[in-house]
Amino acid sequence: MAKLNMVQAINLALREEMARDDRVVVMGEDVGRDGGVFRVTEGLREHFGAERVIDTPLSESGIVGAATGMAAYGLRPVAEIQFMGFIYSALDQLSAHGARLRTRSRGRYTCPLVVRTPYGAGIKAPELHEESSEAIFCHIPGIKVVAPSGPYTAKGLMLAALRDPDPVLYLEPTRLYRLIREEVPEGEYLTELGRARLARTGDNVTVIAWGSMLERVLKAVEPYSADVIDLLTLSPFDAETVLASVRKTGRAVIVHEAIKTCGLGAEIAATIAEDAILHLRAPVLRVTAPDVPVPLGKLIDHYLPTAEQIRAALDEVLQY
Amino acid sequence: METKLRMVLPDQELLKLYEQMFLSREFEESCAEQYTKGHITGFLHLYSGQEAVAVGATAGLHRDDYILSAYREHAQAIVRGAEPKRVMAELFGKATGLCKGKGGSMHLFDPAINFMGGYAIVGGQFPISVGLAFASRYRGEDRVTACFFGDGAVNQGTFHESLNWARLWELPVLFICENNFYGIGTEVHRSSALASIHRRTCGYDIPSEKVDGMDVIAVYKAVKHAAEKVRESGLPYFIEAATYRFRGHSMADPGKYRSAAEHELWKSRDPIPGYAKRLLEEGITTREALDAIEARCKATVEEAVVFAEQSPWPEESEVWEDIYV
Repeated sequence: MAKLNMVQAINLALREEMARDDRVVVMGEDVGRDGGVFRVTEGLREHFGAERVIDTPLSESGIVGAATGMAAYGLRPVAEIQFMGFIYSALDQLSAHGARLRTRSRGRYTCPLVVRTPYGAGIKAPELHEESSEAIFCHIPGIKVVAPSGPYTAKGLMLAALRDPDPVLYLEPTRLYRLIREEVPEGEYLTELGRARLARTGDNVTVIAWGSMLERVLKAVEPYSADVIDLLTLSPFDAETVLASVRKTGRAVIVHEAIKTCGLGAEIAATIAEDAILHLRAPVLRVTAPDVPVPLGKLIDHYLPTAEQIRAALDEVLQY
Repeated sequence: METKLRMVLPDQELLKLYEQMFLSREFEESCAEQYTKGHITGFLHLYSGQEAVAVGATAGLHRDDYILSAYREHAQAIVRGAEPKRVMAELFGKATGLCKGKGGSMHLFDPAINFMGGYAIVGGQFPISVGLAFASRYRGEDRVTACFFGDGAVNQGTFHESLNWARLWELPVLFICENNFYGIGTEVHRSSALASIHRRTCGYDIPSEKVDGMDVIAVYKAVKHAAEKVRESGLPYFIEAATYRFRGHSMADPGKYRSAAEHELWKSRDPIPGYAKRLLEEGITTREALDAIEARCKATVEEAVVFAEQSPWPEESEVWEDIYV
């Protein structure tokens, strides 16, 4: 089995699904001839042609809006937004239309659209190129939001997203694009949407993370007996797996690189409070970025959650 | 026939244009080196090749006119009056930078020189230009807002929204499109139904013209004339400057989508040596005088690098600064 990085794994998923299903079309800024700025779509245009791998004008609202129309007509568009910080002009099309097509047509139209975008900090770029604003999208009913944590889940989630009948926002942790290599099988395997993965098992504490933070969490928790939940689908998130683990361990720490206020961690903590509060032996803690725009350069060290901060939170709940 | 340079500007001003273009090029090429060394990180979009646009246009504007640009804006800021060393320190992410080392290459900003920002979101600056122009008219100021952008930006909704508003509300905005013919790797004719960008403005009843963006004098004359028109009429105007970037979209882009022949053709029209030749031919300066200017620019850039290297990093507490009052 080939050891692939995440860029290659996503590329493989797209390649296989495009070969299997001619409704799948890829579109975005420079995704065709240039293969995308991170080269995720490299080679697809040569293989599947310019009709199916479409270089669009620089127009995010247009990309997502047009993809919504294509999806409503039965195609399976995969729209790339070059960086998550560029997605906001497309937010209107996604939230006002893509997300509501099914409900507005009372189930007669669906919107099997995948919007891919690199997200997250740690690539030494400024603010808009390092955004982690998943919570905004988790707040929109009708869209599913997923974030792979490595090459293996990247392929499985992409295939599942492509087969899903609803719009899926697929967040690619930019920092991990070429950082991790894993064995990624050829051929079909689906990472079920809405289902979290137990990345590590333990007894004393549950750590919940996703995307680029998972790698950092796994390193940080090595000396602890911890359940580590790789959320994978951020909306709707797998409350069942989270609650089962918290009922077992009695402690929960949520780690995300997005800012704290109204982050997804707040929703998870509230869910734990609603459904498992009597199992808790300590307050639920969040390790997150501070409530500021992503800072530049060296200051990023004071922004992204560190292994020390994660361990400090674990110690706090364990010693509570 | 080309206009004689002395008919356009006095000698000292003509030489200043040369110095600004040469300084811009030196600065950008030094940035490339510092990026390779890892001193500048992230995404670095260099202006080499396009100097005649920023330099000619800025010379055609008043000092109190607003300038907004996109993310290829180091030269725009420096030519407008930002200190090169503070721009370099900003690119390094140092505390002494133009924006405390917190904005970086794409977010230069200095209200003291009416440089109202580099914008990393393509087309983000259009509506802000409209708002600035509205505010200056509201206050009864005689100020033009010059909004620079690239050919890629003209397909964003904000472009069309803002042209309409500028004309509808009769606002003094001078739109300056730096058409370098590529939005990253996509040629203008593959992204725009009407590739002749200045002709798009007829839908908004905004007069427009195209100018040779490799000719600093042509840009200067066009912008000066246009800015006067905008100031007198209070109405928007649109200039498309045809230019070329000699490097990739950013330092991460090898730019393989452009043919060597095309590249060479544009290189032969490099605005800096071309202008030097004119200055010499028309007897405005001597080779020795140009050498002295060039040496001065090189020294300025070297000082900027040393300043940036020796400057401190921002304190951790800076993460929390400038978010709210």
